[in-house]
Amino acid sequence: MKEYRDKKIIRALLKRIEEETQGLPAPVRIMEVCGTHTMTIHKYGLKIMLETAGIEMLSGPGCPVCITPDEFHEAALDLVTKRENLVLATFGDMTRVPTGKGSLQTAIPAHDSLIKIVYSPEEAAEIAKSQSEKEVVFFGVGFETTIPSIALTVKNAASAKLANFSVLSALWLIPPPLRAILEAGETRINGFLYPGHVSVIIGKKPYEFIAKEYGIPGAIAGFEPSDILLGICAVIDQIKQKKPGVHIEYTRAVSPAGNPKALALMEEVLEEKDACWRGLGTIPRSGLRLKKKYSGFDAEVKYGLKISGKTSDQPGCRCGEVLKGLVSPPQCPLYSRKCTPESPHGPCMVSLEGACLIYYKYQE
Amino acid sequence: MCLGIPAKVVEINDSNLGKVDYLGTKVKTNFSLVDTIQVGDWVIIHAGFAIARLDEEEAKETLDMLREIAKSSE
Repeated sequence: MKEYRDKKIIRALLKRIEEETQGLPAPVRIMEVCGTHTMTIHKYGLKIMLETAGIEMLSGPGCPVCITPDEFHEAALDLVTKRENLVLATFGDMTRVPTGKGSLQTAIPAHDSLIKIVYSPEEAAEIAKSQSEKEVVFFGVGFETTIPSIALTVKNAASAKLANFSVLSALWLIPPPLRAILEAGETRINGFLYPGHVSVIIGKKPYEFIAKEYGIPGAIAGFEPSDILLGICAVIDQIKQKKPGVHIEYTRAVSPAGNPKALALMEEVLEEKDACWRGLGTIPRSGLRLKKKYSGFDAEVKYGLKISGKTSDQPGCRCGEVLKGLVSPPQCPLYSRKCTPESPHGPCMVSLEGACLIYYKYQE
Repeated sequence: MCLGIPAKVVEINDSNLGKVDYLGTKVKTNFSLVDTIQVGDWVIIHAGFAIARLDEEEAKETLDMLREIAKSSE
C-alpha cells in the first residue's frame, strides 16, 4: 500500500498529466464525485499540484450526510425527543448536523430514550436483540457502499422476528444525481472520477450513460494518491482520444459487474423511489425504501413519519451549491468565519467527507 | 461514509462471521456479502462488512505499471 503513496511515482504521474493536458483548453475540469476522494486529494496536497498541471478538481455530491435533507434529521430528532424508551442508533457524523431544531448531539432525549453512535447497522440490531424492552431505530444513511449491509441487517432482523427494530432510511443512489447535475448544465465538467467503493458494489455499467449520452469520459478510481492520479490520466487520455467511456483504474477491488451478491440483496429488500437531495431537489428514482414485505421495519411506516424531503439551509449556508460543484467552500461567506468544525452551519462542515470540512482541515 | 479499509482476514466461521486484522487490531466483520473468503485474504471493510475481496494479482499489475511510469520519467 505504501508504494501507492510513493513520492517518485506521484511526481511521475503529475508530470505525465501536465504533458498530456498541453493543448487542451485549460483548465480541464474533473468532478470527483466521492467525498473520500476529496479527502485524498486535499490530504496529499494534490489539489494545488493538479492546478499547476492544468486540472481543476470539483467536489461533487458524494457525501451522504451532506445531501440528506434536514427533514430526515428532524424526523430522527422528533423520534428520540418525543418517544419514551427508544434508542436512536446512527453513525457519528449524523449526530452533529445542524437543523432548525438543533442537532442530535444537542437534543435532550425523552424519558428512558437515548442516542447511540454505532459503527455498523448490525450493531444497532444487536442492541434491539439484547434490549427487547426498548424500541431501536437505526437512522441509516448511505450510498450503494453502505446500502447492502443495511439491506442484509433488515433481512436478518425479519428472519429473527426482531419486532422492536426498524430503520429510518436515508439511502441514496449515486448515478441519478450525476444526470441531474449534467441536465442542469450549470457546471462545466470535462470528466468524472467515479467513486471506488460505490463501484465495488455497482460496477461500471450504471455510469455508461454519461459517456454515451453526454460524451463525458470517466474513470473509477481507488483512494491512494496514485490511484487518483491514474484515474485522472485515464480521463485525459479519453478526452484526447475523443473516446469517452468508463475506465476501471481500481481493478484490485472493482470488477465490471460489481458485487452480484450485494446487488441481489439490494434488489430483494429495497425498491427505488423519487427522492429529494439537498441542493439538487427531487431526482427521479434516486433513493431507496424498504419493500412492502419489510415495511414492518420501516420507521417511516411504523411511526407514521411524513418526510417529504424539504430542506432549509441555515441562512447564508451554500452547502447546496458546494454539492453541485457550483462553488468551492471558500466562496461561501460563512466558511471559516461563522462556520467551522467546532460550530458548523451546514452538513458539509460536519461530515468527514464534507468538502467544507476537508478544505478547512487541510487549507486553513 | 464510503470509507473502506483494506484489512487481512484472520478468522471466519461457517456463518460467514469472523475477524480482520487492521493495523494490529482485530475487528469483528461480517463476510456475507462476499464469496469464497479464506483466512489470509485481503478484503475491503465498510461499516462492519467486507464488501470486496482484494485481487492481489491486479494490485501487483497496477504497482508494476506505476513503477514503470516512475522509471520512464527519470
